[in-house]
Amino acid sequence: MPYSELLVRPMREELTSAGVKELRTPEEVDAFMNETSGTAMLVVNSVCGCAAGMARPGVRLALAGDRRPDRVATVFAGQDLEATAKARSYFADIPPSSPSIAFFKDGELVYFLPRHRIEGRDAQTVASDLVQVFAEHCAVPAA
Amino acid sequence: MGTFHQGKSELHGITVVVDTTGPEIFVGRCDDEDERGILLNDADVHREGDGGRSKEEYIRRAAQLGVWKKYDRLLVPRDRIASVRRLGEVS
Repeated sequence: MPYSELLVRPMREELTSAGVKELRTPEEVDAFMNETSGTAMLVVNSVCGCAAGMARPGVRLALAGDRRPDRVATVFAGQDLEATAKARSYFADIPPSSPSIAFFKDGELVYFLPRHRIEGRDAQTVASDLVQVFAEHCAVPAA
Repeated sequence: MGTFHQGKSELHGITVVVDTTGPEIFVGRCDDEDERGILLNDADVHREGDGGRSKEEYIRRAAQLGVWKKYDRLLVPRDRIASVRRLGEVS
């Protein structure tokens, strides 16, 4: 059952204030995923503070670096149910977990960070993993 | 920020591997643990040799991307538990 929107709003804003586009409907997810050129990161957000409390600041830290994906979006598991189900359909062979982070290059899934690799770690460590992925796949910004 | 879960086990919310003294091994998100055992959410179970895989082979595979749940909630009795470790620490 979804939590109160009052409780969840700050958790949404922790990502959207860092430039992450929130996808609230299946149609918005399809529109995001149908753009397949370049790099894209999709964050499956979650209420649970045990892991999401580190995932969100980790994403923010990673996005503050020099290299970042061309496009970054998020769906909220347990809140925006249809959008989350649609998002997971793009990596349907991976067991669902939240929070989790999927990274695509030219429409292909090239990296996935499941919940159990976020639990118990701090934001800096989560960010470090993502920065490595960005360094491998994202273009160097123009000077 | 996040939600808080006061009064729960320190493993609350953590995906754990619970090996037993028998052929079964469990993976699930720990809800709590007490004298009765460990209560797991979204749990999967593997039995030694199922699908031609040993317990350790199953766990190494689970450590990559996670598991597909077979049970929403499951209690592993204390007297059957051989070890508990975090799935995220399995290399």
